[in-house]
Amino acid sequence: MLLFVTRRVGTMALTMIVVSILLFILLELTPGNVATKVLGPYSSEEQRRLWLEAHGYFDPIHIRYFRWLGDFIIGNFGESTRFKVPVGDVLWPRLWNTAILGFAVMVVVVPLSLTLGVLAGMKEGSKLDRSISVGSIVFTSIPEFASAVLLSAIFVFYLGLLPGTSGMASGFDLAQLVLPVMVLVLYDFGYVARMTRASMAEVMLTNYIRTAVLKGLPYRSVILKHALRNALIAPFTVIMLQINWLLSGVIVVEFFFAYKGFGALLLEASLNQDIFLIEACAMVAVFVAVGTQFAADVGYTYLNPRIRFS
Amino acid sequence: MAEQTVSMPKPPSKAWRMFRSIGLLRESPVGIVGVAIIVFWAVLALFADVLAPYPPNATISPMMFPGDTDASGNMFLLGTDHLGRDILSRIIHGSRRVLILAPLATLCAYIVGIPMGLAAGYLRGRWDDVLSFIANVILSFPVLVLYVIIIATIGASAVNILIAITFASAPGIMRIVRGLVLDLRNREYVAAAQTRGESGLYIMFIEILPNARGPIIVDACLRLGYVIITIGVLGFLGLGLPPPDPDWGGMINETRQLAMTFPHMAVFPCIAISSLVLGFNLVADGLREISLRD
Amino acid sequence: MTTNGSGGETPILECKDLCLSYFTRAGEIPAVVDFNMTLHRGGSIGLVGESGCGKSTVAMAIMRYLGSNGAIVGGQILYKGRDMAEMSEEELRQLRGSEIAMVYQEPMASLNPSLTLGRQLVEVPICHERISEKEAYDRAVQILADVNLPDPERVMASYPHQISGGQQQRVVIAMALLSNPTLLLLDEPTTALDVTVEAGIVELIGQIAEKYDTSMVYISHNLGLILETCDRVNVMYSGEAVETGTVKEVFDRMRHPYTKGLFGCIPLPGADKNERPLVPIRGQLPLPHERPRGCNFGPRCDFFQAGRCDADTIAMHNVAGEQGHKVRCLRWNEIDWASYRPEGVSTEQSEFGDRVLHVDGMRKYYELTDNSIAAMIKGNRVKYVKANERINMDAREAQTVAIVGESGCGKSTFAKVLMGLETATDGTVNFNGDELAEKSVHDRSPKQLGSLQMIFQNPFDTLNPSHSVGGQIARVIRKFGVEKDKSKVEQRVLELLDLVKLPRDFAHRRPRQLSGGQKQRIGIARAFAGRPSMVVADEPVSALDVSVAAAVTGLLMEIQRTYRTTLLFISHDLSLVRYLADRVVVMYLGHIVEQGTTDEVFAPPYHPYTEALLSAVPIADTSIEKKRIILEGNLPSVMNPPKGCVFHTRCPRKIGRVCETEAPPVVEPTPGHQVACHIPLDELKQMEPVIVMTDANKQAAEKAGAKKEAEGSPAAE
Repeated sequence: MLLFVTRRVGTMALTMIVVSILLFILLELTPGNVATKVLGPYSSEEQRRLWLEAHGYFDPIHIRYFRWLGDFIIGNFGESTRFKVPVGDVLWPRLWNTAILGFAVMVVVVPLSLTLGVLAGMKEGSKLDRSISVGSIVFTSIPEFASAVLLSAIFVFYLGLLPGTSGMASGFDLAQLVLPVMVLVLYDFGYVARMTRASMAEVMLTNYIRTAVLKGLPYRSVILKHALRNALIAPFTVIMLQINWLLSGVIVVEFFFAYKGFGALLLEASLNQDIFLIEACAMVAVFVAVGTQFAADVGYTYLNPRIRFS
Repeated sequence: MAEQTVSMPKPPSKAWRMFRSIGLLRESPVGIVGVAIIVFWAVLALFADVLAPYPPNATISPMMFPGDTDASGNMFLLGTDHLGRDILSRIIHGSRRVLILAPLATLCAYIVGIPMGLAAGYLRGRWDDVLSFIANVILSFPVLVLYVIIIATIGASAVNILIAITFASAPGIMRIVRGLVLDLRNREYVAAAQTRGESGLYIMFIEILPNARGPIIVDACLRLGYVIITIGVLGFLGLGLPPPDPDWGGMINETRQLAMTFPHMAVFPCIAISSLVLGFNLVADGLREISLRD
Repeated sequence: MTTNGSGGETPILECKDLCLSYFTRAGEIPAVVDFNMTLHRGGSIGLVGESGCGKSTVAMAIMRYLGSNGAIVGGQILYKGRDMAEMSEEELRQLRGSEIAMVYQEPMASLNPSLTLGRQLVEVPICHERISEKEAYDRAVQILADVNLPDPERVMASYPHQISGGQQQRVVIAMALLSNPTLLLLDEPTTALDVTVEAGIVELIGQIAEKYDTSMVYISHNLGLILETCDRVNVMYSGEAVETGTVKEVFDRMRHPYTKGLFGCIPLPGADKNERPLVPIRGQLPLPHERPRGCNFGPRCDFFQAGRCDADTIAMHNVAGEQGHKVRCLRWNEIDWASYRPEGVSTEQSEFGDRVLHVDGMRKYYELTDNSIAAMIKGNRVKYVKANERINMDAREAQTVAIVGESGCGKSTFAKVLMGLETATDGTVNFNGDELAEKSVHDRSPKQLGSLQMIFQNPFDTLNPSHSVGGQIARVIRKFGVEKDKSKVEQRVLELLDLVKLPRDFAHRRPRQLSGGQKQRIGIARAFAGRPSMVVADEPVSALDVSVAAAVTGLLMEIQRTYRTTLLFISHDLSLVRYLADRVVVMYLGHIVEQGTTDEVFAPPYHPYTEALLSAVPIADTSIEKKRIILEGNLPSVMNPPKGCVFHTRCPRKIGRVCETEAPPVVEPTPGHQVACHIPLDELKQMEPVIVMTDANKQAAEKAGAKKEAEGSPAAE
């Protein structure tokens, strides 16, 4: 087990390094000169050359990479050309905002989709199963931007119940969080619910469930003691990996609702070729993704005695 | 046993077998609805020039609500946008772009992903280690982050979108194919092929791949739906194909500022895109249900 | 529960005119029709039949667990006089597990993988008898000890995957016994287990019946097991019971042509491939919705009378003079069984030719990297799995050499090395003068490949479902360069179909349109496409029903005889091996423990392992008495095989320290008969035969001219 964890950590570190190299190379190839962006379009050729030299841009690429990596590890992400402040200053508050959003989504998605999935999978082919299944297909078919538009049209335009933007200009406002959370929940729960359903339905057909029923256990304990324990292993992984998906979703939702989060920041950085900011955002995003993947793997191993004790 | 026939009778043709397997979908009501939706959009795309009431980029009368008629008697079933273009016509013409780009991008992703998956799953060893690691690295990016970075770096064009989608989807396809191959490679017909000295390529493509087609087709339908969403998202974020030609995601992006007053401008493209995605998802569900049944 | 006041004792279980159906999209499919059975306290009934005969459906109906699409459509199931169809869910629940318990086919799948065995055991009495956790735990430990599991406390704390298959089945049996049930249903409880493990479970089941006074319904496809476990038997065919009676009546004086046919298909000790070949039942089992009118067995029956047997449904008839012996045949008292000789064609024993295969000192080790931290610290990370160790054997032209052994004995690895899917670690494999030990498939010439081919075990994946049958055979023909020209290839495909006795239009069929037996025939055709001089058959009939297996075995031997092919027959089924092999090689944990001609291996002196194997094989012949030898303990892991003699951990004849320290010498009681054992040769020679038959039949056997070593009896007259 210990070995498994250390090996996973090793792979994780290796992944992060490869990702950082990829990012570095990709952004090296970016059209447009960094110096122009920093110094403005009216700077002279000579000024730009001097700036580049001062910042070590004429060193060989691997030296620059290691310098960048070294800086990165000690938390020095460089200066944002867009915001004219150190990257960390814009990044951390934005990340916090997104964490709030993500947490709110998870709080709704996990119980909702697990309940629906288990209910549907318990009696495969029943009316309840069919309606939950079709329902979740329909909801996963609506992209986030579409449900954002549709929900805004309903709740903002027609009903006037909720605010249409979530800029939080005058401090934290729960009402402004409702629509973004709703959009993300709507898109995400279907997938988790379907996975839970599939897992539950599979477990219900196994011989050990038959054994449990034919032991004369009450239906409730067959479900709670025997079925759920096995059926929830797969959805656990799915939920952990959902965090990765959520990081995609927040880009759209934050952009649409002008929520000051990490996704909107990444998009803004990309559109403005703010290289240090892109690098930092991407590294953070990958770190979160790899970290949850790691947690999912370890959790899966722990939940599954067949793997745990082999 | 039965009586012996003297000569070989003609086997049923490939086309007929394919037709029959599509026909299987009729047993799943959900699948039929899905096929109907896809056919609906395919017909619109194919006959866009005939079916669209107005040219898609023509400025006629701005800010018309659905069903409005302007001074010169033009009726707009779905209204017009801020530049006075007929939304219905733009949606109809926009379907073309999606229905060409999305399947093409998906196809490219499979052309790259399938050989990778076959190699990783069948050859195992170093091949598997290296290919799986590459896939893991790419998949560790949140997808949209990857798209945004790629498109922001190489610029938005149809080819670049194609490349980005292939790059981001191939690892996922590889993983699925690899998983299927890991199961199929232990079948005895594979051992039989090995014992008669078949090459690895023959075994991968002729013995194994055809038997993985069921799950791959289901996955392709789901993925197609997802690619449509991706193209929409890119358009919505302003990273899609450049205007003025109609693009569903782009239409939403251009008009969402006006959503508070003219919600129809964005709502209809949203419905269009969602319905098409739904179509593919329903077909995938229908196919899976049928494949599980037999 | 309730006892019937009037008359005698109420039977524990009674099925009256029971009809069971499944409802599918295609409509109602009758699974079991007009089924009757009465089981009294302490009795045991066997349900026997081939797959699809409805035997398991009956068991599930007794449990009232037919799934959402199955239903009782007629008749009654009475448990202690109460109609189970009228019980509520709650009443059923209280019955299940406490009064009626069940043991299943696959123990691993029947146990919840993520709960400890202890938790799965204690919940039964807690649920049914509301006793305390402590009491339940103590009782579970007690029962685990009763089913002969060593260290019950450790078992209680284990998860299912941590114990062996045989132990898992013992746990399942313990679970069934926890609340002291009145009725025990056993659905193929040993099918997934090795034969020596099976013998242990069968012995246990016998003990239970005595100790707990439990009534049993034992479901199996194996007539021999029924003989060892039951006192009554119901033979089922295509959803109906065709014959029922005491085991003695049905086995010795069978009246139904199907029962007779079934016995003709199983290789009993008296059968011999040349003089008394097996007689397969012709035709195929009808699908449930295509059953013929009248007698279901009609189209396959030698005594079929048109207009009579296919006129109306056939009822069960009482056999005169034998109360309780019933048979579903109109002609039961018309057929003269004594003069009935089915058309089994006896043949001459083939003369063996030159030596084709010579294996000398072959070893196959798999390297395995041990990733545990302990191994990393010690520095010996590479471990070897010794799959094959010092294999020496020969095979001659037209000879059938059988390799027998249980799972993990290395027989499949040996086949892989021969086929070139693996290369040997050491030693030589000489085939027709070519050295193949280190030649993988890719280094072999098409001629070498074509002359050494393989028949696979599993009919369901031996053929590629995506390609037509003809295409798959044609590919082999082209690959081996037998024919190049398109029309000639096609011609050859058709010839091969003729060879395996399948209609020529099968060339265009897809594998899924074929039955299991037909697929195996195609597998044979494919193996013979390159005109091989040797064919390796890896358990080719173990997944088939007995009547189909008999036909496929017969076909294989016929083709072998025609082409004078060497056949290397890998099997775990000793009865079949005795029937068809000329030479037998017995393997255990990668080592050859004994080899010799079939007669030598099946008669004393034995290797102790061979002796145990022979004793473990159930034989469906009432006149045979076996010596009971039950192997203790588990099969050791190939990763960590025992030192000295690999068999010493389970050997009932272990002679002392030398068995644990030194590899056994190979002794030759007669030239060519090799036994690897420490027991002195003189002592080995004094062994008693495992299988003995009663005197009455011995004379009959001698009259029939069976060979003296085979000690066979004619298939029950």
